[in-house]
Amino acid sequence: MNFAPDTSIDIASAVNRATAPSAQPKLKVEKLNFYYGDNHALKNINFEIPEKRVTAMIGPSGCGKSTLLRIFNRMYQLYPGQRAEGKILFDGGDLLSKDLDSTVVRSRIGMVFQKPTPFPMSIYDNIAFGVKLHESLSKAQMDERVEWCLRKAAIWEETKDRLHTSALGMSGGQQQRLCIARTIAVRPEVILLDEPTSALDPISTSKIEDLIDELKQEFTIVIVTHNMQQAARCADITSFFYLGELIEVNASNEIFTNPREARTRDYITGRFG
Amino acid sequence: MSSLARRRTTDYAVKAISTGFAALSLVLLAWILWTLLSRGLPALGPHVFTNITAPPGAGGGLLNAIVGSLIQIGVALVIGTPIGLMCGTFLAENGRGTQIGNVVRFVNDVLLSAPSILIGLFVYQLLVVPFGGFSGWAGSIALAILVIPVVVRTTEDMLALVPIGLREAAFALGAPQWKVVTFITWRAARAGIVTGILLALARAAGETAPLLFTSLGNNGWSLNMSAPMASLPIAIYQYAASPFEDWVALAWAGALIITVGVLTLNVLSRLVLAKMK
Repeated sequence: MNFAPDTSIDIASAVNRATAPSAQPKLKVEKLNFYYGDNHALKNINFEIPEKRVTAMIGPSGCGKSTLLRIFNRMYQLYPGQRAEGKILFDGGDLLSKDLDSTVVRSRIGMVFQKPTPFPMSIYDNIAFGVKLHESLSKAQMDERVEWCLRKAAIWEETKDRLHTSALGMSGGQQQRLCIARTIAVRPEVILLDEPTSALDPISTSKIEDLIDELKQEFTIVIVTHNMQQAARCADITSFFYLGELIEVNASNEIFTNPREARTRDYITGRFG
Repeated sequence: MSSLARRRTTDYAVKAISTGFAALSLVLLAWILWTLLSRGLPALGPHVFTNITAPPGAGGGLLNAIVGSLIQIGVALVIGTPIGLMCGTFLAENGRGTQIGNVVRFVNDVLLSAPSILIGLFVYQLLVVPFGGFSGWAGSIALAILVIPVVVRTTEDMLALVPIGLREAAFALGAPQWKVVTFITWRAARAGIVTGILLALARAAGETAPLLFTSLGNNGWSLNMSAPMASLPIAIYQYAASPFEDWVALAWAGALIITVGVLTLNVLSRLVLAKMK
């Protein structure tokens, strides 16, 4: 019996329902398998991430959603023993191809982590660090870039008078928005968010959710979350993963009100997970 | 006796024993410091810092030994710190769980606990015998070999404390590994790394054994690294064993200078690092 849903049809129709006119796929996952040593963590994933939309990945711990996120920017390559098979098409090329340099991939596909990770330097330098990796800007251009990304991350007003003080002195919510600003500053095309609000209080969480809504005008966003309300609020598309398989993908309002798979329904109604 | 009462008695006894031994070690330390101060302070005077070695009764000082020590320790740090820093960085960033990493870590631990006289003999065979004489260079290299394992150990330990998430965040911006290490992990661990270097310096400053067979000591004034060179530990060793009262006093003065020097450096570094945080 084959449980794998025909996801390509799902996504096309889901995207059409969620958004009009229909969005192009920015990332296209084809027959992806992933292994942590002998552990087969992702099984034959076929999945499309539409451009300039928010795509959420939900599922119980260990279902593979974070694993998939970390494949998109080749984070897994830092660790020997982890390997991916299959293809991820990104602007026509294969993201997993050895010919593609990891640093280039990561500059085009940025990532924000679960815990805020400010570098031990000033707010300004936190942003300049990433920018300097890929561009050489004059002082004035850099000032402009710093302001631009801090405004985009809705944290400019709080930081403009303390740009040259240590980022470690900010609150957790501010640190996380700084991390988002730092990621935007490199001007990626895709932003990956790995449970970005799970370490934050409700007010900081709602600020970040508002921010996600703003950012999808310009960026393709993929968010992993344990919070189903968050997926329902923020995401245009939601995908449900279970035991390394992609069970269902649909428009968020569809998947949360009318899931087609029994396992999806069990999960979103809290019967397991 | 009820079990609760027995537990209380055991608790009291263990607390009393551990407090007693803690007090004992403090008393010993205070005793050493008191002896050092009471014998060293009266021996201190301007002549200690302005005069070089002189015959007994001629008002000699420690100038050549102080300068010799500073030069040899300085050169040892310049040689040993980069090697130790790079090796510790390799172990923490690339050598985790690899065969070569484990071998390097094991060898370093052996070196860390090797008797310092062995290091002196090693350098004697390596540099003194083939080049035909004792020299400041040989002394510096022996001290450098003493510095390296301390720096390797503390660097690796301090880098291991830097959260993986911080490294991943830097990689996620598209940084190559050398930039992640130099700009992020070293910076995050700098306080601990600097403390480790100072610890190594403190160890090198007080060692006599590695210098006995290498820089030998020098009663004259010499800044020539290719010739035998004076140093405080060697001067203390010579003076303390002599039958002359003023030489023995100089030995106490020298011991006080090393102790106060190392202590000041430690306190200063702590203050600076506390400010940096």
